[in-house]
Amino acid sequence: MANQKRPVRSRASKLAKTPTGIRGLDELTGGGFPCGRTTLVVGSPGTGKTLMGIEFAVRGAVEQGEPGVIMAFEETGEELAANVRSLGFDLEKLVVEKRLFVDHVRVERHEIEETGEYDLEGLFIRLNHAVESVGAKRVVLDTIESLFAGLPNPGILRAELRRLFRWLKDKGLTSLITAEAGDRHLTREGLEEYVSDCVILLDHRLVEQVSTRRLRVLKYRGSSHGTNEYPFLITDTGISVLPVTSMAYAPRPASTERIATGIPRLDAMLSGRGYYRGSMILISGTAGTGKTSVAAKFIEASCARGERCVFLAFEEPPTQVIRDMGSIGIDLEKWIRKGNLKFTAPRPVLYGLELHLLSIQKEVEEFKPSVVVLDPITNFTTIGVDKDIRLMYMRLVSFLKNKGITGLFTALTPGGTNLEYTTVGISSLADTWIFLRDIELGGERNRGIYILKSRGMAHSNQIREFLLTDKGIDLLDVYLGPSGVLTGSARAAREEEEKTEIRRQEQEVRRMQASLERKRVEAEAQIARLRAELENGEAELREKLAYAKNGLRAQAEERQAMAASRQADGPAKARPGDGRRPSRGRE
Amino acid sequence: MPIKKRNPKTWELRLYVAGQTPKSLFAFANLKRICEDHLTGRYRIEVIDLLESPHLAKGDQIFAIPTLVRKLPPPLKKIIGDLSNTERVLVGLDIRPAR
Repeated sequence: MANQKRPVRSRASKLAKTPTGIRGLDELTGGGFPCGRTTLVVGSPGTGKTLMGIEFAVRGAVEQGEPGVIMAFEETGEELAANVRSLGFDLEKLVVEKRLFVDHVRVERHEIEETGEYDLEGLFIRLNHAVESVGAKRVVLDTIESLFAGLPNPGILRAELRRLFRWLKDKGLTSLITAEAGDRHLTREGLEEYVSDCVILLDHRLVEQVSTRRLRVLKYRGSSHGTNEYPFLITDTGISVLPVTSMAYAPRPASTERIATGIPRLDAMLSGRGYYRGSMILISGTAGTGKTSVAAKFIEASCARGERCVFLAFEEPPTQVIRDMGSIGIDLEKWIRKGNLKFTAPRPVLYGLELHLLSIQKEVEEFKPSVVVLDPITNFTTIGVDKDIRLMYMRLVSFLKNKGITGLFTALTPGGTNLEYTTVGISSLADTWIFLRDIELGGERNRGIYILKSRGMAHSNQIREFLLTDKGIDLLDVYLGPSGVLTGSARAAREEEEKTEIRRQEQEVRRMQASLERKRVEAEAQIARLRAELENGEAELREKLAYAKNGLRAQAEERQAMAASRQADGPAKARPGDGRRPSRGRE
Repeated sequence: MPIKKRNPKTWELRLYVAGQTPKSLFAFANLKRICEDHLTGRYRIEVIDLLESPHLAKGDQIFAIPTLVRKLPPPLKKIIGDLSNTERVLVGLDIRPAR
């Protein structure tokens, strides 16, 4: 941020710049107004031209040590002093201290008669006198166009104004000239013809019933500058411009540090180590899915690490958040007492988007937290159009990232629409996007959590069941079956079923093992029996065989003995002529 | 806004100039002539050179040069320019009512 302190020759090669001290404007113009030249501030009535002029002069005198002259054509010194007193500017004191010279030039048409030639030397003399009496470096002319209403001869006036602007330049005075916005020209009297170094447009309009002030650098000769319209605020400390491009001026290395989410299983899902420090975390989900609880857990974990957190509750009053988080075992009050946690509950409808952004910035700059929680960001849709809200988030995110602050936003997703639609397209700004959703099944609703994206880490792709108990948050594996994801009592029932089934199968195994054993025993018994039978049979048969053999032998011996006794001539032969071989050859 | 009282005691006139420029000398000469013609013996002219005393410009709200201010009789009147148009000077000073 070093170049914010000494912006004089930052990007604009040799053009010296005078810091305005107006928050955001110096950033936008790359250092301030062109030094020693004239800047024209154009706007309709009530857009803050005079205030910008006064702030330019006062901040120059107080912060830069550059005395200034305010030449007011419409309001008296007293009126000016009274107008800006509420903004903490003490003009009278600065005048007494000779750091500021306030001169009111009153031009009353009805008091003035014109005869013959004249010039505005009197004005030059007054201005010169004022510049010399305080040694002014800055001059504010508000609104010099009033001269056109007071003086009848515009020809002379134009010539003299040209001379005046030349004179201011020659004197090396850094000047701010205010002018009314005109219809045909940029300014009512075409002052832009004479002042061409730097032109700033102020605008004040109503967008959806919310007033928004905008500023645009129309022209800045010799310097690059932001060209968009930037919202600005008139706050109790003056003008504050909010350039969305502020990130470009202070790039910050992305942190590799990881911080716990406060929910161990969620850490595990985020590759085991939680969020990146300085990243933007979006927790979106339908109503009642526990977004605030996830945020509160993160706050609790951060406070426990000794960090400071800001909780911006846009929906519920802090006491209610504290009570509700107490019911799930998160004691936020303890951290408030210890000074680690600051609760603010700005009502979204109370101010416009810009003021909200500014109040967040102020909060952050005062409390210096390392974690900022916005719960929920979707409430801004009540006060702005999507485009503006998106712009606001972009500015907020770049602001937080510049500061290295971890931001956690919750977003309500309207039921019935595409659940992963975030109302204002903030999802692209989020580094880690966690989604909480209802899973409706078997007559009950249960919460599911999953990570839609998480830049720069290998995150889980699993849906977990998200349980809120009086002890805190727990994540459970969901049952994935053929019919899809089961949660709640369906999951419990399914788990019970699984257990029973396993028990049944174990019993079956045991039963089968027993039966196998039994079969083996039976078979063996059978084998033994058969063997015994075999043995028995064998013995019997052998006996029979031996007996039979003995019988045969005895018979043969008997026959021999008988033959011997009958003197037989030998054993009988086959009968002659029956089947003789020579007869077979004749057939 | 013509004013009827034609004869107040003394007319107090103040002419603001910035240095001895031809324009301021011309204006002074014109003023002198008109006063001699119409306010003989009843006028006083004070010439203020803002180059010498610039702080005096603020009091009478001077921004154009030359400027003639009618301090008396009231109300305060201002005429800017070199006073070359006598008719308008007379009207502007309420010496002669506007037609």
